[in-house]
Amino acid sequence: MTDNSVAVVSETSRRASLREQLPLLVALVVLWMLLWGSLTPLTIVTGIVVAIAVTRAFYLPPVELSGRFNPFWFAVFLGRFLGELVIASFQVALQAFAATPVPRSAILRIELRTRSDFIMTGVSLAVSLVPGSLVVEVDRTNARLYVHQLNARTPDELEKARAHVLSLEHDLLRAWGSRDEWQAVRS
Amino acid sequence: MIADLVRASTTFVDSEPVATILDGIAAVLILLAAFLTLAAAVGLIRFPDALARLHAATKPQILGVILVVAAIALSVRSWVVLLLLIPVIVFQLLTAPISAHMVARAGYRAGDYDPDTLAVDELAPDVAAAGRSELPGGGLDDEPGTAQGQRGGS
Repeated sequence: MTDNSVAVVSETSRRASLREQLPLLVALVVLWMLLWGSLTPLTIVTGIVVAIAVTRAFYLPPVELSGRFNPFWFAVFLGRFLGELVIASFQVALQAFAATPVPRSAILRIELRTRSDFIMTGVSLAVSLVPGSLVVEVDRTNARLYVHQLNARTPDELEKARAHVLSLEHDLLRAWGSRDEWQAVRS
Repeated sequence: MIADLVRASTTFVDSEPVATILDGIAAVLILLAAFLTLAAAVGLIRFPDALARLHAATKPQILGVILVVAAIALSVRSWVVLLLLIPVIVFQLLTAPISAHMVARAGYRAGDYDPDTLAVDELAPDVAAAGRSELPGGGLDDEPGTAQGQRGGS
């Protein structure tokens, strides 16, 4: 979701070291084995070969992980996210059958506090997956998200939508953000 | 030995009453998923503009796919199938927001939305401002002004 920033991306497009690429390679091998549905030496070896070939052929700039990961708070984030997904899915579904579907919506500018691409992508994904909100535009340099919010009219509703995105960011930073950024939003 | 484990585990809930209950839950899940898919189709027709329609087209459908996959897992009851189903959900969760974002962005830039349905639009002034002064990061500066264009008729 970090589009339209070719200039910024090319600055960082040095070759990633093997250590930086290792999590991606492992994930690709695991995916390969899931697709074959078997765990044999043959699938492991072909998986490694395919993973290396894919990362060579479709090269992406390295993802900078924060170096901190708290499994407990990540589980809390996932649980909250799934809960919202279920509730909001049915809300939007019922809205489709309402007498006047979506009288008014809004596009909000939301200033994130994080500067990490990784967290920004995570927040964008979470915001986009919960029905009722959609990322229209991303301003990566200023860490801004422009979110289309379904069915928000009054200042109250707009503030609620804004606070919701920021609280998603808060929860994600608690699980996965760098120490500095988590301290900054902790309060 | 892993193959043995898989074979042993495929029969872990094959006793008659448990299987019936699981099949029943699977049927309910598929019904819910069908309702969400129907709602997505209805929303696609009834919502006012492209941006709102995207919500209907992309979101309830994600929960729908998750429910269908859960139903398959409950009724087939095999680890091999379960492992195959996980990538289905993961790819759905990763790709749906990105395609929705790309369509929303293109739709907004092309003016393919109804400004009358927006209570607040905090993007338009920023796009206009970025058009006047080139932002160093190139955040919003491609094709400025087209977002001001309005939709022909709707």
